[in-house]
Amino acid sequence: MNAIEVTGLSKSYGQVKAVRGIDLSIATGEIFALLGPNGAGKTTTVEILEGFRSRDGGDVRVLGFDPSNDGSAAREWRNRIGIVLQSTSDSGDLTVIETIEHFSGYYSNPRKVEEVINSVGLDDKAGSLIRKLSGGQRRRLDVALGIIGNPELLFLDEPTTGFDPQARRAFWELIEKLRGDGTTILLTTHYLDEAEALADRVGVINDGVILALSTPSELGGRRTAQALVSWRDGSEIKTESTDNPTAVVNKLTTHFNGDIPELTIIRPSLEDIYLSMIGGVHE
Amino acid sequence: MNKIPSALSLGLRRGGLEIRQFARQRESVIFTLLFPVILLIIFGSVFKDTIAPGVVFSQYFLAGMVASGLVNTGFQALAITIPLERDFGALKRLRGTPMPASSYFIGKAILIIVSMSLQIIMLLAVGILFFKVEMPTDPHKWFTFAWLVLLGSACSTALGIAFSIVPKSGRGASAVVSPVVIVLQFFSGVFFIFTQLPSWMQQVAAIFPLKWLTQGMRSVFLPDSFGRQEVAKSWENNRTFAILVIWLIIGVFFSVRKFKWDRD
Repeated sequence: MNAIEVTGLSKSYGQVKAVRGIDLSIATGEIFALLGPNGAGKTTTVEILEGFRSRDGGDVRVLGFDPSNDGSAAREWRNRIGIVLQSTSDSGDLTVIETIEHFSGYYSNPRKVEEVINSVGLDDKAGSLIRKLSGGQRRRLDVALGIIGNPELLFLDEPTTGFDPQARRAFWELIEKLRGDGTTILLTTHYLDEAEALADRVGVINDGVILALSTPSELGGRRTAQALVSWRDGSEIKTESTDNPTAVVNKLTTHFNGDIPELTIIRPSLEDIYLSMIGGVHE
Repeated sequence: MNKIPSALSLGLRRGGLEIRQFARQRESVIFTLLFPVILLIIFGSVFKDTIAPGVVFSQYFLAGMVASGLVNTGFQALAITIPLERDFGALKRLRGTPMPASSYFIGKAILIIVSMSLQIIMLLAVGILFFKVEMPTDPHKWFTFAWLVLLGSACSTALGIAFSIVPKSGRGASAVVSPVVIVLQFFSGVFFIFTQLPSWMQQVAAIFPLKWLTQGMRSVFLPDSFGRQEVAKSWENNRTFAILVIWLIIGVFFSVRKFKWDRD
């Protein structure tokens, strides 16, 4: 059974159609990244899946449960999912370990508190008050609270915004660990390199519809897209677009009889493909 | 697979957490807990008139402060802090966990009961030590006191949670809530003798629970002879009970049906 099954999802706010018929299946154990500019319908979609918002039409099953339901069945369901929201802060008058310990009490089979603190790299800060943490450290606490319940499915809404590169790498390793445990993850992110590093599949959403669904390396025909080979020939920089960069390089090796001066081969990055899909408009 | 903890046990855990958080916010401890005590000291020192045979104003005022303490630590504190928690996103995060809404409400109620008890003890201590307020000896009066505190704090908690949907943002909450409370205190005979207020003020006050709580507290701390000087020539404790129950039902209804976990 798929962890998430969505068919024909739609949602309007007044006259504005935020989501216009989305179909989406996410397999159990899969890491799926949802990409899209602000206002594309990304947050609305995810919040419907998380049970925070109602929908106007379509069918939604998350771990076999319709998130629009309430009551004790919803508690059982929430016991199996973890949510890391985009921006959360607290009054900050509790310590890291107090907060995580408290949240662990909400679930039937929580992870060990020390283990979670360690996996988000907050060991040194376990006894610190939340209000004394840096932005990145608070974000790691958010992630800790999202995974403390040992969820089968984890929602991560822009989890690494505000991280320095080192913290981002550490976070990626954490996600790899969760993947190893079989956790299904739905991730939204602004960082294309993050989607590429983590996701098994990506979906690009814009204007309330899914434009493309595929693996990061195949998105938008990226694998077969032409590569750009460039090199120096005398005083001139020459370029050639090609389906087969290896052949071009072979030809140039013969031509130069060895090293090709200033050789670069550029394949379209995920970002290039993404930008061309959403109309090239940076947010 | 273990069972999910019950709503009640999570409510108790939340109560412990709420108290710990509250105790660490020094400003709020001082403001919400000590402010009524300070007011009692000021008013008790300034107004020393005898307002009826054997009744000094400080006694009258003590009853009013105990009653409005129920409103301050409950209604006012919740209607201000809940919108702040909502702004922080803390409520939305809780909504995403298996913790049920009832546990959150139970936790708040526990915090209110504890802080209210502390405040009442301080007020009574100041009343006894500085203003020679005599404590009732009749157990019947203590029974009245007990149900007034319990029902009053339940009512205050429920209405505070319900009113928390009114302020648009956490920052503006105190500007919306504090005037409501202060005006209500003036109208309800906390700072002045109720029967000396204009009758339209008395009638407005009679709609809201504070007037009845204050009157009920007077029935505990003032001699029974004073009851004949009330508006209805008696303490009307049965009516107080009924009106508090009605407000409690209204508060619970709106808390359960209209509570907002998220800003939008």
